[in-house]
Amino acid sequence: MSHLSVNHLLGIKDLTKNDIELILNTAQNFKEVINRPIKKVPSLRDITVANLFFENSTRTRLSFELAQKRLSADIINFSASNSSVKKGETLVDTVNNILAMKVDMIVMRHSSPGAAIFLSKKINAKIVNAGDGAHEHPTQALLDAFSMQEKLGDLKNKKIVIVGDILHSRVALSNIFCLQKLGAKVKVCGPQTLIPKYITSLGIEVETDLHKALEWCDVANMLRIQLERQDIKYFPSLREYTMLYGLNKEMLDKLSKKIVIMHPGPINRGVEITSDVADSKQSIILEQVENGVAVRMAVMYLLAGRKGD
Amino acid sequence: MKTRILLEDKQFEITILRLCHQLIEVHGDFKGSAIIGLQPRGVLLAKRIQKVLQQILKVKKINCGELDTTFFRDDFRKKELIPNSTNIDFIIEEKNVILVDDVLFTGRTIRAGLDAMLAFGRPNDVELLVLVDRRFSRHVPIQAKYVGITIDSIEQQNVKVDWKETDGKDKVTLIDK
Repeated sequence: MSHLSVNHLLGIKDLTKNDIELILNTAQNFKEVINRPIKKVPSLRDITVANLFFENSTRTRLSFELAQKRLSADIINFSASNSSVKKGETLVDTVNNILAMKVDMIVMRHSSPGAAIFLSKKINAKIVNAGDGAHEHPTQALLDAFSMQEKLGDLKNKKIVIVGDILHSRVALSNIFCLQKLGAKVKVCGPQTLIPKYITSLGIEVETDLHKALEWCDVANMLRIQLERQDIKYFPSLREYTMLYGLNKEMLDKLSKKIVIMHPGPINRGVEITSDVADSKQSIILEQVENGVAVRMAVMYLLAGRKGD
Repeated sequence: MKTRILLEDKQFEITILRLCHQLIEVHGDFKGSAIIGLQPRGVLLAKRIQKVLQQILKVKKINCGELDTTFFRDDFRKKELIPNSTNIDFIIEEKNVILVDDVLFTGRTIRAGLDAMLAFGRPNDVELLVLVDRRFSRHVPIQAKYVGITIDSIEQQNVKVDWKETDGKDKVTLIDK
């Protein structure tokens, strides 16, 4: 297979294993490109991309923007806080107005799950989902898989545990789909209240004891507690959460093997992960950020390059 | 499908050897020079030339890199463009670079190669070496300085270069599509 089976990147759920492998292999080439003295290639010089961020983001927006610049695309940025959305314009109207200015690709983050899918049915441009509510965050899952592959090689039968706020996390869901398609074994770990009930129907095991989960896994992906999405209290206090599900150096050193530590950022130091773990040699948090640019370049390159479009 | 062998066995070997001697005539001991093979098939020729040069000159290592032109091509969206690896582990700044490809046809790959190469610095001088020159078929004004064989062919034909290392036998074949 030498092209993607999809027109948009709306979620990992729609991708085939071939698609994921194609993106990861292409990202390998782009990683080499962004480590050159001149980090830019002209592939997308005839493409205009609009970055629509209806929800706050630093890392993802910068990463997408940098990826677009490295591919020589023209870009326009939009954030909901200073736009006509505040004046009551609908999503489709906003986007159609932007498309009227001859834009070829939309990168969108939105707080409503399914926003990207909705948009893909209404408009005629390629869409990359940069996170839709607590639904999916496909590029994060792809860069996580890429970073894991770099450390561990083929992910088939590798053991990955996702720890923390699974209920509010789009990273968790995309990661689960992606890792399952690549043949990895996935467990989730966290307080019962933050683990959605449907999770077992995805073939995912639940572990509520962090020590057992760490002993089992090759990689621990520590998620942030998303207080901004929590409308009710899911656990008594942050301090209690940290005592039960926070990862510290002592716990890591006690394990029989060296596991890889990941975090999609932003980190709440001292809550889900202590500083000495986040900054340790086992942590690949900053590699994840570097790989993010390469993976996003690959996604946009492959979407823009679909033959005959 | 009609095929015709243009070059093989001893003749193939002599052609490579001649190209190497021509290179030595210009580049001497290769101290300030480097070979860069274009992906995918030019890399095999570049490696062969590197090997032969090292034997003739009795030196341990002549700089030889591989360069992928995919991201610099002008036919993006017309073709499936899946990249190959790029691996240049030396500085090309101020070097005399020999770009190497197996077949020179429209010249578009070489054009992309020149662009791609500039991402690694500014060489002193760039030359082009090809094993097969399909003349009268250029789309851009590019000519090779070192040529193995020159052939007349039409667009409906393909030229394929096989290598001992990957295909079992050295040969150049003209194929009617």
